[in-house]
Amino acid sequence: MSIQRHQYDVVVIGAGGAGLRAAIEARLAGAKTAVISKSLFGKAHTVMAEGGAAAAMGNVNPGDSWQVHFRDTMRGGKFLNDVRMAELHAKESPERVWELEIYGALFDRTKDGRISQRNFGGHEYPRLAHVGDRTGLEMIRTLQQKIVSLQQEDRAATGEYESRLRVFDETTVTELLLEDGKVAGAFGYDRESGEFLLFEAPAVVLATGGIGRSFKVTSNSWEYTGDGHALALRAGGKLINMEFIQFHPTGMVWPPSVKGILVTESVRGDGGVLKNTEGQRFMFDYVPDVFRAYYADTPEEADRWYDDPDNNRRPPELLPRDEVARAINAEVKAGRGTKAGGVLLDIASRRSAEFIQRKLPSMYHQFKELADVDITAQPMEVGPTCHYVMGGVEVDADTGAATGAVEGLFAAGEVSGGMHGSNRLGGNSLSDLLVFGKRAGEHAAAYATALPSRPRPSQADVTTAEEAALAPLARGDGENPYALQQELQDVMQSLVGIIRRRGELEDSLQRLAELRERVDKVGATGGRRYNPGWHLALDLRNMLVVSECTARAALEREESRGGHTREDFPDMKPEWRRVTLVCSLAGADEVRLAQQPVTPMRPELAGLFERDELAKYYTPEELSSATADLG
Amino acid sequence: MRNFRIWRGDASSGALEDYQVEVNEGEVVLDVLHRLQATQTPDLACRWNCKAGKCGSCSVEINGMPKLACMTRMSTFTADETITVTPLRTFPVIRDLVTDVSYNYVKAREMPAFSPPPDLAPGEYRMQQVDVERSQEFRKCIECFLCQNVCHVVRDHEENKLAFAGPRLFIRAAELDMHPLDARTDRKEHTRDRQGVGYCNITKCCTEVCPEHIKITDNAIIPMKERVVDRRYDPLVWLGRKIFRRDQVEQQAAAEDTTPAPASPETVTHRASPGQVNWAQEIQVPPAPAVGPDGRFAMSEVLIDRAGAPSPFGDDVTFPVDPEQLRYLHPRTDED
Repeated sequence: MSIQRHQYDVVVIGAGGAGLRAAIEARLAGAKTAVISKSLFGKAHTVMAEGGAAAAMGNVNPGDSWQVHFRDTMRGGKFLNDVRMAELHAKESPERVWELEIYGALFDRTKDGRISQRNFGGHEYPRLAHVGDRTGLEMIRTLQQKIVSLQQEDRAATGEYESRLRVFDETTVTELLLEDGKVAGAFGYDRESGEFLLFEAPAVVLATGGIGRSFKVTSNSWEYTGDGHALALRAGGKLINMEFIQFHPTGMVWPPSVKGILVTESVRGDGGVLKNTEGQRFMFDYVPDVFRAYYADTPEEADRWYDDPDNNRRPPELLPRDEVARAINAEVKAGRGTKAGGVLLDIASRRSAEFIQRKLPSMYHQFKELADVDITAQPMEVGPTCHYVMGGVEVDADTGAATGAVEGLFAAGEVSGGMHGSNRLGGNSLSDLLVFGKRAGEHAAAYATALPSRPRPSQADVTTAEEAALAPLARGDGENPYALQQELQDVMQSLVGIIRRRGELEDSLQRLAELRERVDKVGATGGRRYNPGWHLALDLRNMLVVSECTARAALEREESRGGHTREDFPDMKPEWRRVTLVCSLAGADEVRLAQQPVTPMRPELAGLFERDELAKYYTPEELSSATADLG
Repeated sequence: MRNFRIWRGDASSGALEDYQVEVNEGEVVLDVLHRLQATQTPDLACRWNCKAGKCGSCSVEINGMPKLACMTRMSTFTADETITVTPLRTFPVIRDLVTDVSYNYVKAREMPAFSPPPDLAPGEYRMQQVDVERSQEFRKCIECFLCQNVCHVVRDHEENKLAFAGPRLFIRAAELDMHPLDARTDRKEHTRDRQGVGYCNITKCCTEVCPEHIKITDNAIIPMKERVVDRRYDPLVWLGRKIFRRDQVEQQAAAEDTTPAPASPETVTHRASPGQVNWAQEIQVPPAPAVGPDGRFAMSEVLIDRAGAPSPFGDDVTFPVDPEQLRYLHPRTDED
C-alpha cells in the first residue's frame, strides 16, 4: 500500500479542547493546519468534563480576581506548579471563556444575564463557568463548530472547505519524524482503511490528553494511552511531574456498567456529603492542618455555608481532590467501606428530588439509565478513580514549546506538565485547555512561519515507522494485546496506585521490564481495516514507557504531596518542593530520571500569600529569601 | 453464558455470527462486546469512547433498535434471549459494527455557523437563563446520530440524502434560530430551502430514540416547520406573490424580520407582595391574530381549501388512525 502524503504548516495531534483551540489559533494566524483525531471529530474526552471552566470573571462574587485564582491554583498544586503557567492561566482564562460565547457557546446565566459561575473544590469564590453538568460537551461542540465556521470562511475564499484547516478523524500518529533535532513531520495510520499517512510539517502541537488507560479503574476512554507523552519522549522531549496522578475521589464503583465513571464534584458543591457504611460523615476527620482555617469544623457550620458562604467556612467534602481521595481510601481500608470498595455519596436525603434533577440533570439521567440507580432516592457508591495526570511534557510557559533536544514541538492541555503542580483543581482543566491551547497554536504557527528552511523527514525514518507499525500484524500468533493491557493495568493499579510503597514500586519496575519484553512480541490477527486489536498492540508501547516514567518518579520522590502518596513517607517535605523530577529517554526506550530545581516565585507573586502560609511549604532558608525580597 | 449474534463483515459482504459469551451482573452490551474482543475475537470493530452515554460513539442496532451499546443494560433482556447486534443501517458499513457516518459531518458543514452580534465585544454578552434554555436543550446533543439512523426519509432512501439534512441538523437550525444573540435572520429559509425540512412528516421516531431525551420533533422540527409555514404558505403572502413581483415580496419578508409583529403575545409579570401567595409568576396574554403588512387581518379562511390550519401531521392523514398502522407497543406492567 502506498503512503498518503500531506503538507501542512502546523499539525495538531489530538482533537480535544486543547487541540481544537490550538488548531483554531494556528489557522487564525494564517498557518495551513491539520487536526488529527484518534476518534471521530467531537468525541474527545473533553466531553466528560462536567463541572465547568474556572475563570476569575467575578460575575457571581465581585471579590474574585486573577490573583485569588492564582493563589487557589498554587495551593491546590501544593506550590509545585510552574509559577508562570499558573499566572498566565489565572490572567487569561476569563478572556478565553468570553471568546467561547462569540463562537456560539451558551453558558448558564446569572440573573443580570452574565455567565453564571459555580462553587468548586479548592476555589475560594464561585468561579466555574458551566452549562448544567455538561460543560465539557458544550466546550467541545463550540470549538468543533468554530472549526466548521472557519472552514466555511475558507470555502468562501478559496472554493474548498479544507484548504486551510482539515480534520483527519480516526487517525492515529505512531511516530514523530525529525531532521537534526527539528520536527519534520508525523507518521500514522487511518483507522478506517488501515492506510498509512505521512504529514510533512515543521511544527507539531501535542494535545493527546492523558494516560488513564494504564490503570484499571479509570474514567478515561481507550484513547488515553499516553501517546503524546511517549511521542515527545522519543523525539527528545522531557516529561516532568509524572509521579502526580489525580485520582478523582468520587468515581462510581458499583455496578460494573458505570465503574470508573465520575460523579461530578458539583454533587458535593450542591449539598452532597460523604458517609461511611456506619453512617458517619467522615470528612471532618480528614482536614489537613494547611487547610484547617478554610474549612468548617462542624456539620452545622458546613451546612450553613451553602446559603451563606461569606460568613461560614466551606464543608470539608469540598477539599482538594487528593485529600478527598485519600480520605475515602483510608475509610475503605479501615473496613468502613462498601462491598465494592467504596463509600456512600448521599445527596438524596439532603436535597429534594426536584432540586437534584434541576441542578444535576445529566448525573441523574446517567445513573438512572446506565445503572438503574436513582440518585434522588438512594446514595451512590463511590471511590477513587484514575482521572488526570498532572505530569507531562515540559514546556516553556509562554509559548508551549517543548524543552529538551527537539525544536518545533509544542504541547498543551493534559499532555503538558507543570501548570497544575502536584494536584489539579477541578475546573482548572477546561480553562487550561483554552489558555495554553491558544498559546501553543499561536506560537507553533509563528515558529513555522519564521523557519528559514523546512526540515524534511528521511525516507529511512518513514520505512522504520512503517515496519514498526506493521510488525504486530506479522506476528499473528504473538501475545494477545488485550491480555497484556490487562496485566499492565493490574501492575499500575495495585503497585503504582493511590497509596505507594518502596517495595511495591521496585516490584512494579521489575514487572514493567518483563512486560516490555512481551510487548515486543505482541501480535494481532485480522487485517488492516478498523482492527482494534492491532491498534491496541501499537498503543501498548506508549503505555509501557509512560507507566515506567510514573513508577520511576514515584519511587524517587520520598514524600507525599498532591497526587502522590507514599505510605513510607506520609508527610510533605519542603526540601522536595524545590525538586522537579524529569524523565527523558536514553537510547531506544530506556527511561532516565533526573532532578531539576523548581523556578522560584517572583516577589510580587509571593507577596499574594501570607508568610505563615508559605512557611507550611517552604524550607526556612527559602522562606527567608522569599520574604527578604518582599522587603 | 449468553448467546450473542453479531454482524461481521465489510462493505463487500458480511453475515451474522454467533458467540457464546460470559455476562456478569450489572453489565451493559458494550461490556460484553469488550469481553468478546479480549477473549474471542480481537479484531471485532466497534466504536466507543466514554462508556458513559456522553460521547455518542457506540451507536449500533440491538435487536433491531437503534441504541447506544454503553446504555443498554443486559438486565433488560431475558436470560435465554439471543442478543443481535448490527451496524447502523442508514450509513455505509466500514467493518463489523463501524459505519461511515461522514454524511452527518457533511451536512453539519453546510449549516451556516453562529453569527455573533457585530456590536458586542467578548464579555459583553447578556442573556437571560430562560432565553438560553431553549437552545441549551438542543446543545445537549451528543451526536450519536441515532436520530439520523432511524429517520425513514433517509433510512432506506439513499437518494434523499442529498436534499435532506436530518433531525440532528434540524435541532442545530432550531438552536441557532432560538439563540438570543444570533445575528442571522434567515435560519428558517435555510431550513426549508437547504435542509429539506419539508421531507419530515413528523413520525417522531427521532425523538423516540434520542438518548438525551431531546424533544426533537416537538421542540425543534415542528416550530421550524411552523415558522416556515408562517412565512411561505401564509395565504396573504401567497396571494401577494401572485399579484406583486417576487422581489418585492422578498423585501417584505426581510422587513418582517426586523420589525416586531404588532400583535405579538406579551407577558405580564405579577410580583408577589409580602405575605401573599404568588400563584403564577407569568400569565400569557393570548396572542391576537397576526396582521399582514397592510395592517389588515389575513384572509386565510377565504383562500384555503379547508377550514382551520393545515395539520401538522400532514393533510393526507385522517384520524383516528388505524391501530394496526401505528408504531406503538403498549408498555407491559409487572402484573403481566
